[in-house]
Amino acid sequence: MSEDVPVAIIAAHGDLAKGFVSAVEQITGRGKLFIAMTNSGLGASEIERALIELVDSRNIRVIFTDLPAGSCTIAARRVLAGRPDMILVTGTSLPLLLDFMSHEELSPADAATHAVDRAVRSLTAVPGAARAH
Amino acid sequence: MPIDLYRIDDRLIHGQVVVGWGQPLNLGFIVLVDDEVAGSEWEQELYRMGVPPEMDVFFATPDDAARQLEQWQSDQRPGILLTGDIETMSRLIQLAPSIKAVNLGGIHHRAGRTLKLRYVYLSPQEEEALRKLEEDGIVVTAQDVPSARAVPLNDVLHGEAER
Repeated sequence: MSEDVPVAIIAAHGDLAKGFVSAVEQITGRGKLFIAMTNSGLGASEIERALIELVDSRNIRVIFTDLPAGSCTIAARRVLAGRPDMILVTGTSLPLLLDFMSHEELSPADAATHAVDRAVRSLTAVPGAARAH
Repeated sequence: MPIDLYRIDDRLIHGQVVVGWGQPLNLGFIVLVDDEVAGSEWEQELYRMGVPPEMDVFFATPDDAARQLEQWQSDQRPGILLTGDIETMSRLIQLAPSIKAVNLGGIHHRAGRTLKLRYVYLSPQEEEALRKLEEDGIVVTAQDVPSARAVPLNDVLHGEAER
């Protein structure tokens, strides 16, 4: 993954994708690795069309989406049909994106798979506790 | 319990349906009425993916849906019936007069359509089809999520809802 060249699309509801890119930029300075896309105001076919345009024009092989049953995911799955070299990751989180971008030695698909494993393990529920004095 | 919502939404099954409506309604099933999806295993798998396992999804053509509607309406679980366009919902209502209310959940921009609400764009033919539904006694309102106001069709058509 070279600097400033987008390698993946983040497609999500509202301004979530833009927020992810902003967070990646703040933490690593490499937010430009991701292209943010919103589904706001778009019908199903428009979301699919927008994804195809980005994938084909920027040679993108990885799409991150938010909800597994969301319209971005449905559209992305349509885009993946006939593109076996692509991979879709749903349930995107910041730990997932950060892990993905830190494995430049891997293929995009392998980096995405590695990131999913790491992101799942990053989910924790921390109960409150009495303050120790 | 009758089906809670008869919704026209060109995204069909998506976040607003599964989460936005699904959680507050404690949705038990979704009926997706669409000729293309009903005829394609691949399309059905696409829409089934991501729906919680405890939620059933049924796929049907308008004809099949009309035949099975009574059975779904008598299901004890809350349900939503979806079509992707006004024409399909109108066809279903002609076959199933027990449907008395229709929700406009998402009809997005396309050539020939004009903006009515943030999430509702209509062509003149679609406006006419919705007026016809109301003339036939169907209550038509626009409401994308449960927390939003249900906007009467007249306000939708005059683009007055968000002024």
